Amino acid sequence: MEHASKLTAFSPDLFMRNFAEAEPGLTRKGAVEESNRCLYCYDAPCIKACPTGINIPSFIKRIATDNLRGAAHTIMESNPVGASCSRVCPTEELCEGACVLNDASEPIQIGLLQRYATDWAMNSGAELFKAGAPNGKKVAVIGGGPAGLSAARELAREGFSVVIYEAREQAGGLDTHGIVSFRLPQSVSLWEVEQVEKLGVDIRTGMKVGTDVTLDELKAEYDAIVLAAGMGYVPELGIPGEELDGVYDAIKLVESTKTGVSNIQLMGQRVAIIGAGNTAIDAATCSVRLGAANVKMVYRRTREEMTAYDFEYEFAKQEGVEFNWLTLPKRIVGDELGKVTGLECVTMKLTGEAGSDGRLKPVPVEGSEFIMPVEAVVLAIGQKRHTGLIEHLGLAHEWGVVKIDEATHQTSDPQIYAAGDIVFGFGKGEAMVVSAAQQGKIAAQAIVKELLPQQSGVVGSAV
Amino acid sequence: MADLSINLAGIKSPNPFWLASAPPTNTGYQVQRAFEAGWGGAVWKTLGDPIINTSSRFAAVNFNGQRVAGFNNIELITDRPLDVNLKEIYETKKRFPNHAVVASLMVEPKQEKWHEIVKRVEDVGVDGLELNFGCPHGMAERGMGAASGQQPDLVEAQTYWVKEVAKTPVIVKLTPNITDITVTARHAVKGGADAISLINTINSLAGVDIHTWNTVPHIGGKGAHGGYCGPAVKPIALNMVAECARHPEVTVPISGIGGISTWQDVVEFMLMGSTAIQVCTAAMHHGFRIVEEMIDGLNNYLDEKGLASVTELTGKSVSKYSNWGDLNLNYKVVARINEENCINCNKCHIACEDTSHQCIDMLTNADGKAILKVREEDCVGCNLCSIVCPAEGAIDMVEIDSGLPPMTWNERQQVVGGLSGAYSKAEVV
Repeated sequence: MEHASKLTAFSPDLFMRNFAEAEPGLTRKGAVEESNRCLYCYDAPCIKACPTGINIPSFIKRIATDNLRGAAHTIMESNPVGASCSRVCPTEELCEGACVLNDASEPIQIGLLQRYATDWAMNSGAELFKAGAPNGKKVAVIGGGPAGLSAARELAREGFSVVIYEAREQAGGLDTHGIVSFRLPQSVSLWEVEQVEKLGVDIRTGMKVGTDVTLDELKAEYDAIVLAAGMGYVPELGIPGEELDGVYDAIKLVESTKTGVSNIQLMGQRVAIIGAGNTAIDAATCSVRLGAANVKMVYRRTREEMTAYDFEYEFAKQEGVEFNWLTLPKRIVGDELGKVTGLECVTMKLTGEAGSDGRLKPVPVEGSEFIMPVEAVVLAIGQKRHTGLIEHLGLAHEWGVVKIDEATHQTSDPQIYAAGDIVFGFGKGEAMVVSAAQQGKIAAQAIVKELLPQQSGVVGSAV
Repeated sequence: MADLSINLAGIKSPNPFWLASAPPTNTGYQVQRAFEAGWGGAVWKTLGDPIINTSSRFAAVNFNGQRVAGFNNIELITDRPLDVNLKEIYETKKRFPNHAVVASLMVEPKQEKWHEIVKRVEDVGVDGLELNFGCPHGMAERGMGAASGQQPDLVEAQTYWVKEVAKTPVIVKLTPNITDITVTARHAVKGGADAISLINTINSLAGVDIHTWNTVPHIGGKGAHGGYCGPAVKPIALNMVAECARHPEVTVPISGIGGISTWQDVVEFMLMGSTAIQVCTAAMHHGFRIVEEMIDGLNNYLDEKGLASVTELTGKSVSKYSNWGDLNLNYKVVARINEENCINCNKCHIACEDTSHQCIDMLTNADGKAILKVREEDCVGCNLCSIVCPAEGAIDMVEIDSGLPPMTWNERQQVVGGLSGAYSKAEVV
């Protein structure tokens, strides 16, 4: 990638180049060759490894036989955000990791093939799904991210009247706002939003539940409610100096780059990223592409404990991001103008003792404090829970994680179901887009069963 | 390095690789380039009265992304005057005296026509003649090519007329578009042929364009049947070669043709009775240089097998090709799956379950690992699982002792017939 020389303005052209999708898609020939390499396994392990259970051999065979509509339909049928997932799924850990060809030769590039098929759908404008005949029932979905879109899409196909209440100006959630554009262009997520809208789902943006619409109103108007509000911004770290000019929230940093030239200036700056998850990596690579002179990840544990995926870690290294393991931030240092000048850290060591999460506990090395000279600090230590909203809805929760029935995703209020990051926590699964999509489907299926017992009875008797 | 030179009914060649009479052997320029690349011989594109070809004339059949699994053409014999061809044959033979230059011929089924052309081509020094009784399109409508090749009496008569005047060996090229190719092969022999070559192309329509609904290829919206060749026809050709090779009345050497693309194909055709082979599609797909890989592979194979001459291959598998009625019904193989090489794609299971004898179970072993297991008592040894298995060494077809003495269908019928007194040996299909 290109960097503008220090202190020059970030031209829109340069910005577009730096934030354009990094990995090229497959060519037609590449897709034909790769799809023909697929063995078309029976009872294929890749299907089982996909949280949404996409019939992968089937969609790949459809690519091989020049039936891209069929391929896209197979993907989107199982996963309403299948185009985004083709780009952001940790495929090495899911479908591709399960491919039987792993040891025999090379796993099939399932993610790229999925992208090829869904790109076709995006470019062709093909209408893949239709709304069901109206069944007279109404469902409200709180949050228009992957889980909410998924639930809404499934319900609309069953004939429900669905309204999504989205607090932001655009739906799509993290896919639209929180994943770096060079991994997931916003247009992909917005296409998925559009597909849901085309089924008649009413997406009301800029609507905050509790402020713009009350719980009572929702409960009175809708037969069921799906809570899929995700998580919030990055919480405070609780160290001195977080109020300084030059301290950023990782998610807001990524978000600022999604719709055009960012208003956050990192050109020529030294940037410290605190955290080592996938969002931290996104913030780091984002900083590099915003022209930062040097980007360091600061993490109190080691490579082994970091939660970012291997491919994310590799990508960050290739982008020139440095990793400072066993380093605990103590204080953000600023000058008299209130601008960040450094990050005081202390070196850590692992005790060999495991904490409650099973990871080795790090402890500070006495007298090892040092100041890392930086002009910007980005916090990426997780996300805030929407505890206020959850309590407004009166739902049982544990530290902001909504309690649900695992099979139905029904909450403590039988009228309300919950899916996505708002139920994610305590080491249960992974906060992946694909998991959120599946949970949205499960909640929708449970609502169908609850509100249309006759219909699900028919389905049941056919089995 | 083994000796690759061969001698087909008196036609000598530095190796068994000949280019078949086809587009690659249309001109002296092409044949000379081929000899420079390593081809041992060439059958010149069929001489006769120059024809007019159609524009758009080839088509191919692709398979799972691989191009040219099969090839189809509606090109006819030479489109150049006989004089020009003869001049170039003369020049080519002069430049490459040790290579085999064979002239393919096609004229109307009249004695004087054959006499005339044979004399003219032999005058320029060809090493042999190949009579084109096989071309299935265009010429057949004019009573030549396959039209005469499908009538055993015409094959015999025309071969006889050629032999009346020919001084060089005469090869008769047979059409596969016939019920039993050994019939025409026998008539060629009766007519005096010194060798036979087979197969010519098979009647074919390469495809239909599903968007325009035109034939593939089409000539301004219309198509006609062509001749099929390339890798897809190899098994058909190999069977016909083998049937001729094992027929007691087909006593002449064979030049094998049909889908030969690799050195392994060459070995197979020679083992099944060919003295030499001819290639076309592989050269059209890759250029003349493909012969280098064939020669090298064949050389290494012969060295590895300890064979001093390629001629030692000819016919070695013919005696193994038999009639169904002579196969041992008490021979038994079963599939055995090697867990360490199995990649668990389950293709064997579903193939057996849906389309064979339901004897491969998907199980979980003591360690919780998914495994596939053959119930050998139900396995009929059909080979299907090992055919669909993509993992090397994952399925072996293992011979097991059936505990019974060898017994063929014909032997069994003899025994049964002996009891009832009504045995007649019959070919069983």
